[in-house]
Amino acid sequence: MDGRDPDFVQHIPRLRRYARALTGDRGRADDLVQDTLERALKKFHLWQQGSDLRAWMFTIMHNVYINQVRAGSAAVVTALDDEISQPAIRATQSDRLEILDLQVALLRLPEEQREVLLLIGLEQMTYDEAAGVLGIPIGTVMSRLSRARERLRALLAGGGAQTALKVIK
Amino acid sequence: MSRLAVTEAELHAHVDSLLPESRRVEVDEYLAAHVEDAQRLRAWREQNQALRVWFDPVLAESLPARLRRPAAGSFMRPVLRHAAVLAWLALGIVAGWYLHDYDMGKSADTTAFAHRAVIAHIVYSPEVRHPVEVGVDQEAHLVAWLSKRIGGNLKVPQLGALGYQLVGGRLLPGSQGPVAQFMFQDGSGQRLTLYVRNGAGDSKETAFRYAQERGVSVFYWIDGRFGYALSGEIDKAQLLHVAKVVYQQLNP
Repeated sequence: MDGRDPDFVQHIPRLRRYARALTGDRGRADDLVQDTLERALKKFHLWQQGSDLRAWMFTIMHNVYINQVRAGSAAVVTALDDEISQPAIRATQSDRLEILDLQVALLRLPEEQREVLLLIGLEQMTYDEAAGVLGIPIGTVMSRLSRARERLRALLAGGGAQTALKVIK
Repeated sequence: MSRLAVTEAELHAHVDSLLPESRRVEVDEYLAAHVEDAQRLRAWREQNQALRVWFDPVLAESLPARLRRPAAGSFMRPVLRHAAVLAWLALGIVAGWYLHDYDMGKSADTTAFAHRAVIAHIVYSPEVRHPVEVGVDQEAHLVAWLSKRIGGNLKVPQLGALGYQLVGGRLLPGSQGPVAQFMFQDGSGQRLTLYVRNGAGDSKETAFRYAQERGVSVFYWIDGRFGYALSGEIDKAQLLHVAKVVYQQLNP
């Protein structure tokens, strides 16, 4: 190897972990990783030697993902803004709905909040790194993080007063 | 003392271990006096832990072939060496998927067909529990059903002599209507899929064409009314051998 070869391989497991949490679907997540790798390969000449390859690849994945979401190429959960009330959810088994499934709760977050939450909470990036990957100001990272955590907290608590999620007994 | 007020951003930074040590002590003092904020922080911290518990196992999973193979090949090698693969990918993207088949010539149509076959292979061949809709135990029903749906008498090749047994099949949406997919599997679990469509045109062309995409090899050809694509994650020579047998059996 001549030292210029991308060391993409070591980052694949982390990209997969992030993609899995982001999409909630194994096949779709691996599609996303694969598209990211293909794009990274094509764009590798744009990568600056010595800069953070992981951040660069996550940036590519973010762009691929956003393009997919915008193109509506897959069944993407609609981003529901905080102000928009969510449809009531009918409890099926227990008399009280509890969203115990973290994945389900994550998918109820708007894409933009989910990305921030996962880059920081799961991938353990700093706020600066997350802002760089997502191409947004750090203040926006903080506000999205805050909204994501509060909404997730409410969802995991089974629908608290913080959200419009209603529990039908 | 002119202690600064604790900001929301600092509460998050505390959870994410991004707060400077000196400030952390002050925020801790603040939290001791503000129970609600302390509860929020605890919940956020639990979220971080839950994310790791849920998704860290992905790190330990073995990579699927389609991510591993390109990595071992094109991603480790200089780009030029895999110019052919890239050319195919570019072609597939430009010609195969996003544009309308009918706007293009025959060859673009068949290229798109092969592309769809590969996608179908990638989607269904890793399935453990539901690789097919109708299993080989109902082979007669399977063939009759798919024949009816795609409008033509389908035949299923017998590949037992090559070590591949029929698993079953399923109906899929193609670009112009229903498409049938048959799945075969060998003793090691290696799977091949045969993707068949009707209405391939009246082309007398029966030449085998080959493509590789996402680590999947595919031979495709047109035979009478039917278009066939045989996909598998095996090397070209092995797949060609199987493709020839399939072709011969369908043309006794």
